[in-house]
Amino acid sequence: MSPLLVVMVIGVGAPCLLLLVMSFWQQESYDMAAGWGLGNYVKFFQTPFYQVLVLRSIGVALSVCALTVLMAYPVAYFVAFHVTRYRSLWLVLLTVPFWTSYLLRIFAWKVVLGYNGVINSGLVSLGVIDEPLSVLLYNPLAVTITLTHAWMPFVVLPIYVSLAKIPTELLASASDLGDGPVRRFLRVILPLSIPGVASGAMLVFIPTVGDYVAPMLVGGTSGSMIGTVIAAQFGAADNWPMGSAMSVISMLAVSLTAIAMQFGIMQVRSRAR
Amino acid sequence: MTRSHARKRPVLLTAYAVLFLLFLYVPILLVPAFSFNDGTIVAFPLQGFTTRWYGELSRSPELLAALRHSLVVGACVSVLATGLGTLGAWVVTRYPLPGKAPVTGFIMLPIVAPLVVLAGALFLLVQTVGVGLSLYTVGLGHLIVCLPFAFQVMRSRLESFDDSVLKASRDLGEGRVATFLRVVLPISAPGIISSLLLTFTLSFDEFVLSFFLSSTEVTLPVYIWSQLRFPGRLPVVLALGSLILLASFVLVVLGEVLRRWRTDD
Repeated sequence: MSPLLVVMVIGVGAPCLLLLVMSFWQQESYDMAAGWGLGNYVKFFQTPFYQVLVLRSIGVALSVCALTVLMAYPVAYFVAFHVTRYRSLWLVLLTVPFWTSYLLRIFAWKVVLGYNGVINSGLVSLGVIDEPLSVLLYNPLAVTITLTHAWMPFVVLPIYVSLAKIPTELLASASDLGDGPVRRFLRVILPLSIPGVASGAMLVFIPTVGDYVAPMLVGGTSGSMIGTVIAAQFGAADNWPMGSAMSVISMLAVSLTAIAMQFGIMQVRSRAR
Repeated sequence: MTRSHARKRPVLLTAYAVLFLLFLYVPILLVPAFSFNDGTIVAFPLQGFTTRWYGELSRSPELLAALRHSLVVGACVSVLATGLGTLGAWVVTRYPLPGKAPVTGFIMLPIVAPLVVLAGALFLLVQTVGVGLSLYTVGLGHLIVCLPFAFQVMRSRLESFDDSVLKASRDLGEGRVATFLRVVLPISAPGIISSLLLTFTLSFDEFVLSFFLSSTEVTLPVYIWSQLRFPGRLPVVLALGSLILLASFVLVVLGEVLRRWRTDD
């Protein structure tokens, strides 16, 4: 235990504390003198652009959560209840994308949605459109689609695991007691699979809010998110205190939204009972 | 295993599952598709078939160096993370500790923090201490991200550990070391293997922390990133990406076959 804790205190505790302290330092700039204070936070709340970025990041992350869960659930259900002979093949097929490079998975969508991409070339050759569409790429929707694809395995597997754990007798008794397929799904299967949904949604929500790669590659200016701006503060913009303050604010926003989300999911569960 | 209510094949659900696989795979299969494309621009139409990008792999010293760095960092990180995670999980699952919940919560923190925030914080620490960015700082970052996963995998493995086997081993005259080697290790082996695999994969594919914490010696994802933004040698990167895809597919299938072969008896 203790070596693990030492590493975690050095590697997580100390840096996070430093980040917090640094966020109250303000760097000298044209409108600010150097010194301790709330300057970075004041600046954040006086700059609508920053707030838009945080809200957009959370909005994209929630959409990605909803999309991944809605798209993955039927497949997890299918594999858990209707695949018998080739179940491990299905599970391998659903896992392998997780083993491919995350950067190349994101990059692939630039090729799918791009000006000379899969969709445009397809539509042009079918004669649906004359000119390739340029609206597919460089917006929040492109980021949402890309990350929905990138994180899909993280959601399919937890939902599958929670569905596969449901004892068959429980389903049989629901049927014996007169529940039709729909009622049985709503009253037995759905509530019992909620833990899988909740953990899958968490695994997707947090990395999406802070994602750096997708906004940079497919987001364009209208799709930029808080992660890209934080990274810029530690890099090109070279304002570490501002970057720290933004990190602290995003952490708070992420935690609050995550708690609200978990609460919401648990509500669904208790309603279903 | 048959489910009593799976009487007939649901056509709609099956069709949807197949469409879902298409959605999953079409973008990924573009990587190998363009790795055989006879042109440097990654856009349609395809220019013709070539294998020269694969030939150029061996003549790309920067890419090979990045691959080597990633393999070394991944190997070190996975071993360290699994070792530390196992120790931690051993203590947590076997001894009553005051404040166990907050401590395990703290260990899980890197999973629930956006990586860009963690990367910024570690970057600040490294700069404040003044050790300079290197593959070691990258390794530290990866270790932090991998530890919670190693800890979690080992904890779920060790939770079902039956203490009476330790007592039996002692009663049969084995010392501590022999008990560890002959009883504890074999029982936790599946957990150790999956922890090693998982943490290696996480480290090998990790980008943001490496991006913040590396200097001139970069890992593979950082090298790929530089090529994605300023594509000069992108097709070579796609060739390597395809090879990695193929290798991981073979590994996953092999692992699955081994697992079935062992449980089938």
